[in-house]
Amino acid sequence: MSSNPSQGIPLRTIHEFPGGVHPGENKEQSTRTPIATPPLPNTFILPLNQHSGAPAELLVKVGDYVLKGQMLARANGFVSSPVHAPTSGTVTSVGMHPVPHWSGLEETCLVLEADGKDQWCELDPVADYKTVEKDELVQCIHDAGIVGLGGAGFPAAVKMSSRKASKIHTLIVNGAECEPYITADDMLMRERADRLLGGIEILQHMLNPQEVLIGIEDNKPEAIEAMRKVCAGKDAIEVVPVPTKYPSGDAQRLIWLLTGKEVPSDARSVDIGMLCYNVGTLVAIYDAITEGKPLISRVTTLTGAALHQPGNVEALIGTPAEHLLEFAGIQDEQFDALVMGGPMMGHTLDTTAVPVIKTSNCFIAASREEFPPPPPEQACIRCGMCADACPLSLLPQQLYWHAKSQNHEQLHHHNLFDCIECGACSYVCPSSIPLVQYFRAGKDEIRFQKAKSEKAERSRQRFEQRQKRLEAVAAEKEARRKANAEKARRAKEAKAAAGQSAGQNSADTSAADAKADMIKAAMERAKAKKATRAAGTDVATASSGKPARPQLSPKQKELKIQLSVVNAQIKKCERAASQAGENSSPEAEKLQADIDKLKQQQTQLKAEFEAASAPTEAPAKPAKAELSADEKKHKIELAMARAAVKKAERAVTTAKESDSDQLQTLQQQLEDKRRELARCEEAV
Amino acid sequence: MALIRQTSPHTLGQNKTSHIMRLVLIALVPALAAQTWFFGWGIIINVIWCSVIALGAEAWILALRKRPLSFYLRDNSALVTAWLLAMALPAAAPWWLSLIGVGFAIIFGKQLYGGMGNNPFNPAMVGYVLLLISFPQEMTSWVAPLGSGISAPGIGDSFSMIFAGSAVDGWTMATPLDILRENKSLTMNELWQNSPQLSGMTGLGWFWTNLAFLAGGLYLLKEKAISWHAPAGMLLALAVLSLLFWNGTGSESHGSPIFHLFSGATMMGAFFIVTDPVSGATSNKGRLLFGLGVGTLTYVIRAWGGYPDGVAFATLLMNMAAPAIDYWTQPRTYGHRKPKRGMAKTK
Ligand code: SF4
Ligand code: SF4
Repeated sequence: MSSNPSQGIPLRTIHEFPGGVHPGENKEQSTRTPIATPPLPNTFILPLNQHSGAPAELLVKVGDYVLKGQMLARANGFVSSPVHAPTSGTVTSVGMHPVPHWSGLEETCLVLEADGKDQWCELDPVADYKTVEKDELVQCIHDAGIVGLGGAGFPAAVKMSSRKASKIHTLIVNGAECEPYITADDMLMRERADRLLGGIEILQHMLNPQEVLIGIEDNKPEAIEAMRKVCAGKDAIEVVPVPTKYPSGDAQRLIWLLTGKEVPSDARSVDIGMLCYNVGTLVAIYDAITEGKPLISRVTTLTGAALHQPGNVEALIGTPAEHLLEFAGIQDEQFDALVMGGPMMGHTLDTTAVPVIKTSNCFIAASREEFPPPPPEQACIRCGMCADACPLSLLPQQLYWHAKSQNHEQLHHHNLFDCIECGACSYVCPSSIPLVQYFRAGKDEIRFQKAKSEKAERSRQRFEQRQKRLEAVAAEKEARRKANAEKARRAKEAKAAAGQSAGQNSADTSAADAKADMIKAAMERAKAKKATRAAGTDVATASSGKPARPQLSPKQKELKIQLSVVNAQIKKCERAASQAGENSSPEAEKLQADIDKLKQQQTQLKAEFEAASAPTEAPAKPAKAELSADEKKHKIELAMARAAVKKAERAVTTAKESDSDQLQTLQQQLEDKRRELARCEEAV
Repeated sequence: MALIRQTSPHTLGQNKTSHIMRLVLIALVPALAAQTWFFGWGIIINVIWCSVIALGAEAWILALRKRPLSFYLRDNSALVTAWLLAMALPAAAPWWLSLIGVGFAIIFGKQLYGGMGNNPFNPAMVGYVLLLISFPQEMTSWVAPLGSGISAPGIGDSFSMIFAGSAVDGWTMATPLDILRENKSLTMNELWQNSPQLSGMTGLGWFWTNLAFLAGGLYLLKEKAISWHAPAGMLLALAVLSLLFWNGTGSESHGSPIFHLFSGATMMGAFFIVTDPVSGATSNKGRLLFGLGVGTLTYVIRAWGGYPDGVAFATLLMNMAAPAIDYWTQPRTYGHRKPKRGMAKTK
């Protein structure tokens, strides 16, 4: 229950979580030998989507020669991750290929033919990370393609760049590895404890947590020993053995075990001041910062009864599984099922042609006796064993009942979406009911329904917006027509009045006055012309080309520029919207909203412009006319670009917090805006 | 090479429904032995006879419902129902009584609701109550226990009582709970002196059979086949109420807590009836409430109701309340501030 007091480590209470199970561990088979390096395969298969988030964007084409460590595909937005070349060689094809995904579907992969030289590209390590800003390190980690190696594959840089990451007080290091069979983290801690510590120290520098807790299940005494050794004397870091119980390696379970804190159902660990990183991820971060090496390999456990020499390997990402299985001595007559991940949460694969990806922590080549087909499902006897086993205190038997009858309200009521699909309930069920399968299906069904109704709602909204737009356009037209009519009437009246007064007053004086006025106006016109010619801008030429309105006050100019910028933006947005509308992308609506906003701005600007061109302001102020219009334009643009960047940044952070799926697009937009800003700055 | 596809988890625990049911049967053996010792061979004959009826009825309905026979018959649940009912019936119950009771329990109490797992009521109790209401005479003709002055019937006598309809009058005696209920005038001491079937704190034979049920229950607890919540709730309620209304040793007394805990079907009910997962509450808190309810109702029926024992009625009544209890005792899910209570809101 406590850490070893003989070593002078303060007692830490372990907060047991409810439920949990103790499946047979089967870990000893793969821990007998050190982490091995299999020979280089001839072919690598690199899926563009090995992480959660948007697939990476291809940077190379078929026929390109690439070096080891070279970026082959870049992150598409922030919640995405680049893919690097695991060795030097030639890109031979890009196309669909089986990947280790539970769906069994194929995905876009890049195929790399190794040239055997294994030649690194030039690496760019950070000399002394302690002198480098946090943001830069985050960017390094992002560019190195590091994702959570524990299984979920969430890009590692995203969590640490959240706005709330500045308030992290506890860093949890996940070395629990509770799934049976898997020993990758265990071996990694035994052999690479110093690099792991290095990774922890980098994060300490970046996040400044008060304490670092390394949680390791107590069935890994060697790993605990190794970690204690390297962490000796580090005050803020504590190695905490936790009782062996599945699923203690789930991040939130581990947080509970170590701190007794619960992450609210609608929040993330960062919201309660904690971040959790897998040990493998931290080693990868260390390698990326200090050596500049991107994530191109990982420790993978090869085990199962069908392997002659089970063990752990340092597998290059993209290595076909069959190559590794060959290396571990696969015995075909025994081989019945291939599982990626552990027996509790892993999934079976249809073929051995799939590659190792960033989240492949384990391949189990199982025999029939090892993972026998499940016995037929019997009726639920409501024994409650599943409820006792559930680490979240859900009621699986009720969920099962409602999932079977597709009662979605009840499923929500029983918190189906809190289920982490750990499989503990299925494991204990005496009636062999595949409960998790029902829950997955239930979730899918609800998500599908929701998407459907959302789509309907979206098209309804779109229709309404269109309707509104049309009305607005009609109203505007009407208003303009009225205004024109009014103007015409006024002009007529004025003319009539002028004719009258001219007739009444002395013709000479009035003529002289008029002459003087005319001369003055002409002089001023000339002056303005000179100034604008010197500047030579489009705007100026355009305005000077209009003799009717020879002078534009700086205010007017500014407004005009703004107006033209807004016009351009509207056009751009409209183009994007029509495109988005065509492929019925969810952005369409957002774009439409943008357009509406811009249009509003446009009318406002127009009104202002009109007001500014009222006679009182007509005379230009010569002092200000000296400012080159070009400069002014750039300055304005700059200010606007700055504002746009700020706005986009805000949008991204809110999206990040609310975990919106528009995050990527927003991030893309932000990047665009940033580029725009840079361009403006240059211009000024 | 064709690789097998299946969903996680890929390993399963050792729990099997048939195994749990087998444990229940094993746990019933001590009580079966005690009953046989005190009330004669009739109990064993009844158990076998009821098992045959139960399996036959189950097989028949399964065949009608076109379900795989051996797969369902092997889950042992029909046997559990049969044994429980057989051990609740008087040792000399005639063959047709068992046939009606078990047949009704299996066919109407279980299969017509959709088979195992779907029955809202405990099938054994459904059968028992039907018989108690329809045939009160036969249901209260308990063979006199060993040591009460009348010798227990042998195998031959038992056979003829059960199957040949030979008179049982010579062998029977009122049960302790009956005696207590019928008593209007005697003080407790007089009652105990006048009735050979009362001895010690409770009834002759009944004490030991209850003790044997308790032993079986403790075995189930140890094997984790049941949780302690429902039995504890029931025994607690019974003990507290009988203590409150004990009313001393006068003729108005309803009996001492010990008397109630070790009489009639108390221990059988506590460990084998209210623990039936199918018709009970599911969460531990719910089970505790369920047990408390059964204990309370049992005492109310024993003390003031029209029947000598109330376990069966109390169980059925609480079975009806089980879904409501489930709705109001949902545990708090991790990450949620409060447990959700009541029904889901339907839009
Ligand atoms: S463990 Fe299986 S049989 Fe028992 S209540 Fe849960 S689902 Fe039903
Ligand atoms: S799979 Fe879901 S319901 Fe089952 S034990 Fe895990 S969290 Fe609970």
